[in-house]
Amino acid sequence: MAFISSGYNPDKPMENRITDIGPRHFEEFYPPVIKKNKGAWDYHEIVKPGVLKHVGLSGDVVYTVRVGAARLMSVTHIREICEIAEKHCGGHLRFTTRNNVEFMVETEAALDGLLADLASRKFAGGSFKFPVGGTGACVSNIVHTQGYAHCHTPATDASGPVKAVMDDMFEYFQSMTLPAMVRISLACCLNMCGAVHCSDIGIVGIHRKPPIVEHDRLDNICEVPLAVSACPTGAIKPAKVEIDGKKVNSVAVNASRCMYCGNCYTMCPAMPLASGEGDGIVLMVGGKVSNRISMPKFSKVVVAFIPNEPPRWPTLTKMVKQIVEVYAKEARKYERLGEWAERIGWEKFFELCDLEFTHHCIDDFRDPAYYTWRQSTQFKFTKHIEA
Amino acid sequence: MAKHQTPLLDQLETGPWPSFVSDIKQEAAHRAANPDGLDYQTPVDCPDDLLGVLELSFKDKETHWKHGGIVGVFGYGGGVIGRYCDQPEMFPGVAHFHTVRLAQPSGKYYTADYLRGIMDIWDLRGSGLTNMHGSTGDIVLLGTTTPQLEEIFFDVTHKMNTDLGGSGGNLRTPADCLGQSRCEFACYDTQDLCHTLTNDYQDELHRPAFPYKFKFKFDGCPNGCVASIARSDFSVIGTWKDDIRIDQDRVKAYVAGEFKPGGGSHSGRDWGKFDIVKEVVDRCPTGCMSYDGAKLSIDNANCTRCMHCINTMPAAVKIGKETGTSILLGAKAPILDGAQMSSLLVPFVVVEKPYDEIKEVIENIWDWWMEEGKNRERVGETMKRLSFQKLLEVTNIKAMPQHVKEPRSNPYIFFKEEEVPGGFAHDEKAYRQRHMR
Repeated sequence: MAFISSGYNPDKPMENRITDIGPRHFEEFYPPVIKKNKGAWDYHEIVKPGVLKHVGLSGDVVYTVRVGAARLMSVTHIREICEIAEKHCGGHLRFTTRNNVEFMVETEAALDGLLADLASRKFAGGSFKFPVGGTGACVSNIVHTQGYAHCHTPATDASGPVKAVMDDMFEYFQSMTLPAMVRISLACCLNMCGAVHCSDIGIVGIHRKPPIVEHDRLDNICEVPLAVSACPTGAIKPAKVEIDGKKVNSVAVNASRCMYCGNCYTMCPAMPLASGEGDGIVLMVGGKVSNRISMPKFSKVVVAFIPNEPPRWPTLTKMVKQIVEVYAKEARKYERLGEWAERIGWEKFFELCDLEFTHHCIDDFRDPAYYTWRQSTQFKFTKHIEA
Repeated sequence: MAKHQTPLLDQLETGPWPSFVSDIKQEAAHRAANPDGLDYQTPVDCPDDLLGVLELSFKDKETHWKHGGIVGVFGYGGGVIGRYCDQPEMFPGVAHFHTVRLAQPSGKYYTADYLRGIMDIWDLRGSGLTNMHGSTGDIVLLGTTTPQLEEIFFDVTHKMNTDLGGSGGNLRTPADCLGQSRCEFACYDTQDLCHTLTNDYQDELHRPAFPYKFKFKFDGCPNGCVASIARSDFSVIGTWKDDIRIDQDRVKAYVAGEFKPGGGSHSGRDWGKFDIVKEVVDRCPTGCMSYDGAKLSIDNANCTRCMHCINTMPAAVKIGKETGTSILLGAKAPILDGAQMSSLLVPFVVVEKPYDEIKEVIENIWDWWMEEGKNRERVGETMKRLSFQKLLEVTNIKAMPQHVKEPRSNPYIFFKEEEVPGGFAHDEKAYRQRHMR
């Protein structure tokens, strides 16, 4: 490989340097119909799953075709997206917050051509490159994090479980049969680079073992006070440890106080805690960010641990499907998963979804815990209460 | 012939959902074939080695990426995340595999020309793999080596007129919903506000000066499609203060079945004929609607703008004309003391260029948080530690019942000394004259 210079001169880094310019201006990228009708849209319809029709006060119409995508995407795939945009959409496209791609056209004829083209494109392994869906009362694409593909603190993978869950949810992605939208998100650790804590179904990686302490190098690569102050439960203390007859500065971890958050590892690489047998997934349900009907809600833990089962995470996918199918059958029209669970009561939710309620599902972390206990005699009798 | 055997990953090539494994393999094949005759500036086989290390992680059920080192471009404190593989000899192609974050355009509209330009740079100087997009909103270029960082920065700024995004203890790349560009619900121009603030605060975005990360997100309406209330420290959510507009003829058209409820959002199942009373009036959370068989009425003074009636009958029921935004503060993920959503700080402000009123709120918060915030403390945690009252004080906002779901139920009220007649000091002598020991 011969080094190809961009023009940057390492001896004079400030020469011809451009900084602080921010992103490109959004108006450069608008399709003409969007630019013309911005701020003057009248209403929209969902013509069929994955196809939106927006009607402007001007009478103009834009059809949007929403396609699912893996957020981990290659240059080759993005070039194919560009080719489709050029062929059908005047070279315009957009991405959504939930990692979908949207192609916009202005006529029904163009729409039909676009849909036929998208349906014909598959990866060599057989999966769709551009499945159309993700609108209305559906399971839309999963917002997720990096996982094993690129992150140093994950307790589970991201792209793998997402692919497995979406394969299982595919019929719900391509239809609008649910009582309301179901938003699934995945975060591969509790740092949660995503809105997992307010999702209808949140898939969250957790560790279960306190960190290893590499005494032989901790003091060389970490600041002991930073490691100590990184711990939210005060489980880490400074300690002197003897190695080969020499006293070295290190830390001690009180394992019974550790909640395996991994914040110490973030601050100190000599305290790794990932473990093939310890790590896994917590399933949280019933959250939402929308203000529609009820206020936004946090997701609640309904399964405290599911082991990591690569490559297809069968226990996870089974439980997600179980919950979505019971919800689909039981909830009322417009009712989000969390609204349904609150209406019927969580005890009923566990019974209907056939999920085991364990002591891990009761909050024991600081003040908020108390507010989740039941200060009432109002409850429903379910199979959980023995006669 | 694949460089590494990946029997576990191969099982993720089947099934209908787009397979990232197939896509990485496609990229590996593309680089091996090198149809454009590029002199690749990072190892040609890095997609192969990414598959290899991922397969190893699937086997071990543990990641094989180490902590990021300090890498970046001159003069910036963020935008690049150092990433090194902990099995560099097995997977030399990804031994150094840094992430570059690029600032995405507001609303994530693109032209093919622009994306191709970015891809040409990344094909030559990176792994050929991306995230479209990262959780915060950036274009994420996944995997390059340290010598390429300044070259990539030079190329994206000079050829693509595009800057890096944020990382570390700074303003993270702001993100928004598509707003008024294609949505009749949007109460303000999310894209213009997002773009303007991103550019006005470039220094805060590139040069870490905050206790920890700070995120802006802009939702056009209370539906919250960009999830700002959960995903951003500073959540801007559009709303309005006048009456919901009703087109009674179109209401009748919905009742008659000429328009589908929700624009057809539930049309995959037979839910029966649209029943405006059951589906709209009775579902209104404040009970402020009525329908007499011909006319839909809303008691707007009691409406909390939840969007349900508007979402269900978008052609007939519309947001008001006096639009603006609410501002909420303090969302964060569970690390450290539990997850938080943003709390309402400014119930309503008109969104008007040059956005000085909004910027004043932001800058007051930053001044306070930079002074009082502990290392790695999100502003939501600072609020909890120092009180909502303190936040009101530093932002010069008067307490009002909209700030709470309910008033406090404990009477342990902190008073300021000047709020108590005579201050905190007692006249001990006079007290003891009134009360014998």
